[in-house]
Amino acid sequence: MATEVNGATSPDELNGSGVESAPLLQMRGVGKRFGATVALAGVDLHVDHHEVLALVGENGAGKSTLMKVLSGAHQPDMGEMLLDGKSYQPRTPLDARRTGVAMIYQELSLAPHLSVMENILLGMEPAKRGGILDYATMRRKASDALTQLGHSDIGLNDPAGSLSVAQQQLVEIGRAVAVGCRVLVLDEPTSSLTAKDIERLFTLIRRLREQGHAIIYISHFLEEVKEISDRFTVLRDGSSVGAGVTANATSNEIIALMVGRAVENLYPRSEHTPGEIALELKDVSGAKKPDLASLTLRRGEVVGIAGLIGAGRTELLRTIFGLDKVKNGNVKIFDARSGISSFRDVSRIRPHTPAESWGQKVGMVSEDRKTEGLALGLSITDNLTLSGLPAFVNPAKMDRQAAKWSQKLFVKSRHVRQNVGDLSGGNQQKVAIARLLYHDADVFLLDEPTRGIDVGSKAQIYQVIEGLAAQNKAVLVVSSYLPELLGICDRIAVMSRGVLGPARPISETNEQKIMQEAIGAETDEKVEASGDSK
Amino acid sequence: MTTPSTPPDATTEPTGNGPSPTMSETAITKKGSLSFGRVLSAIGPLIGLVFVYLLFSIITPLLTHFQFAKYQTFELILLQTAVVAMAALGMTMIIISAGIDLTVGSNIALCAVVIALLVGRKISLHIGGSVVILPAMSPLMAAVCGIGASGLVGLLISILITKLRISPFIVTLGLMGAVRGVAQGLANDTTVYAPPSWLDNIMANGTFLAPAGVWLTILMAIFVALLLNYTRVGRHIFAVGSNEQTARLCGVNVDGTKIFLYSLAGLLAGLAGLLQFSYTHCGDSTTATGLELSAIASVVIGGASLSGGQGSIFGTLVGAMIMTTIQVGGTSVGLSNWVQEIVTGAIIIFAVALDQWRHRKSAV
Repeated sequence: MATEVNGATSPDELNGSGVESAPLLQMRGVGKRFGATVALAGVDLHVDHHEVLALVGENGAGKSTLMKVLSGAHQPDMGEMLLDGKSYQPRTPLDARRTGVAMIYQELSLAPHLSVMENILLGMEPAKRGGILDYATMRRKASDALTQLGHSDIGLNDPAGSLSVAQQQLVEIGRAVAVGCRVLVLDEPTSSLTAKDIERLFTLIRRLREQGHAIIYISHFLEEVKEISDRFTVLRDGSSVGAGVTANATSNEIIALMVGRAVENLYPRSEHTPGEIALELKDVSGAKKPDLASLTLRRGEVVGIAGLIGAGRTELLRTIFGLDKVKNGNVKIFDARSGISSFRDVSRIRPHTPAESWGQKVGMVSEDRKTEGLALGLSITDNLTLSGLPAFVNPAKMDRQAAKWSQKLFVKSRHVRQNVGDLSGGNQQKVAIARLLYHDADVFLLDEPTRGIDVGSKAQIYQVIEGLAAQNKAVLVVSSYLPELLGICDRIAVMSRGVLGPARPISETNEQKIMQEAIGAETDEKVEASGDSK
Repeated sequence: MTTPSTPPDATTEPTGNGPSPTMSETAITKKGSLSFGRVLSAIGPLIGLVFVYLLFSIITPLLTHFQFAKYQTFELILLQTAVVAMAALGMTMIIISAGIDLTVGSNIALCAVVIALLVGRKISLHIGGSVVILPAMSPLMAAVCGIGASGLVGLLISILITKLRISPFIVTLGLMGAVRGVAQGLANDTTVYAPPSWLDNIMANGTFLAPAGVWLTILMAIFVALLLNYTRVGRHIFAVGSNEQTARLCGVNVDGTKIFLYSLAGLLAGLAGLLQFSYTHCGDSTTATGLELSAIASVVIGGASLSGGQGSIFGTLVGAMIMTTIQVGGTSVGLSNWVQEIVTGAIIIFAVALDQWRHRKSAV
């Protein structure tokens, strides 16, 4: 399954340093399924002492599941893992850490009220007889760990919460080093660091490599991968599809491996005829993100927003909808009946609230249906009709409405008084979308409308979106799954680090171009050539 | 009077739509245990009440020379339930919204003191140089003022919660002492005796089947139940409690909803204060101490979840009656007060454990 890119070497050659015969950590054909969903379909990778392995792949390629398997949070269903040539089967993250494999997650997991020293030694505090803490040893061990990282400047007694994100990351790494972990897995470590901190982190990674650690570096950003890693492994759809020596591969070759996949015929498509303007964004910046976004959305068209997680796509939708504040720029919503002459600049309304947006017939589906999109403890009816309840509610009438719309959206349920939390993910998502139909929205803001749901439900949601365009509604879709965007959208704009690019017709773009724009890699001529190679 | 979140199965078929072709066949096996859980949550407390009542009806004549199962005893239970139940109506709304209110007992005392101070009182206003003496305050006006004072406490709670973003527990923990302090200050640290008025008869026997106060409680219970289930603001209360973020996404005015419901709960606490005043004929600033806990217990026994989004007025009323029945029954068989307290405590824990168990069953 794995295709070695030019310059890739066999495992034997990779151990050319001649220290050991087998690599420090090896995964062979590792697979994991959750119910009917195959999260990992066979992953091979290996990493050795004195080596940085970059693990790259699109959102949803299976990187995080793989890391959870590696760190003992999940147990694999097939394949084997070897550490030092011996079978490695961690039961829990603590187990993995004790055997020598430590994860440094994106969200740091320090206890903010405890001191740096206490955090570094949390769970393995040295104690004297009678369970009394041996503070002298603690101090020495913690300070040793920080010295090993070259950052003895961090105060051992400072509460972890008072440190900067970069310093917290250091403490987290120090915690791994203090237990003697030999394999360090860094998951998107630069996502919340400044450029200067990234440089420092790289210096630290190189130092750890010199000390003999094996490092698995997970990142979206190819420039970082090129800079820091010795080798790379590409993950796509739960399988490792390629590997090689970083210095010998071009960005385009790596991108080709990341996206090369046949587009399924899931997407119903018809010609859309874009009508009048429904929504216009002019130089919009939000409270957190985006930094700059301009876009024109017309009735009867589906526009997609691509980009990496954290690029500011969700924040853009929230800003339009009034969940986040508009800092600058204009958000104009045009009235469907009075046409282009009549619009409301919602960014001038203070406060601009979701209630206001619903009033303008703008509806939104949240990316996170469990914590925001739906009230899982309430019924389908309550969830579906919440945005548009009359002052006096006739429950029977609401049930009829809910039954009508949930049937139109193929929601499988026993009855509309059933708790939404009892439904499958796909059906929950359909309820979230049905809310907008019940509300008779004109502008649909859909954030990851098909995340984490089964293919059957996905296909039904694509049908619904297609139907909306046919009914002259305007649809703005954020998705991390490129084939989906290419399948259902008329135009796609790419958000990269807070800035929204121009919306290009899909005839003028492809996965490669989008990925390149999202990653921020400089476009070069070789794109077209490698694009068709897969 | 069931809430949509936990309806009995009989009412759950979507009206006029029949079984849809998209209904899942695989769900049928699950349906058995789930509907059992739903039915249990709706009528479970009622079964508990009937059980407790029958228990005392049987053992009281055996242990003593008295009959328990007679109308006078039942009326006594109703009478003693009224104050807690009235306060628990507001508490039900608050708990459904995932909040809590610890001021209820203090608020009842405040209302009772204000009423006692104002009945028949001539108030003189100093406007400019002249003094205007208002006619003696009617009992009705006094009651309105007392209830209004309690409503203001509710309003204050909601403003502190929504504007200062402090959790309801902390806000009401602080105000619990402060409000009682105000009541004590107003009463000048003594019990205030009001001149006799018709207010004293609200909780007196002899009215149509039950004291007027009992009827007033039932009337308000119907009002709040209708509000919760048949109005927009009522459904918004459920939504805010179940998932505040979803409510916000759906355009619900979350802060406005909270201000409304805490203020209304304050007014209901005031009505409970009126009943308390009528029952004791005086304004005692130390009255109803700890009553907030009985109110919370009633709501919880009635099937509400402290994490919000769930609860019913019917359940709350039954919960309140279970606790009073144990008190009255316990007294009738000569159980010491401390035994009653232990039994009541055990029942609260048992009821919630049962509820948790039911949730785990339906979550599978």
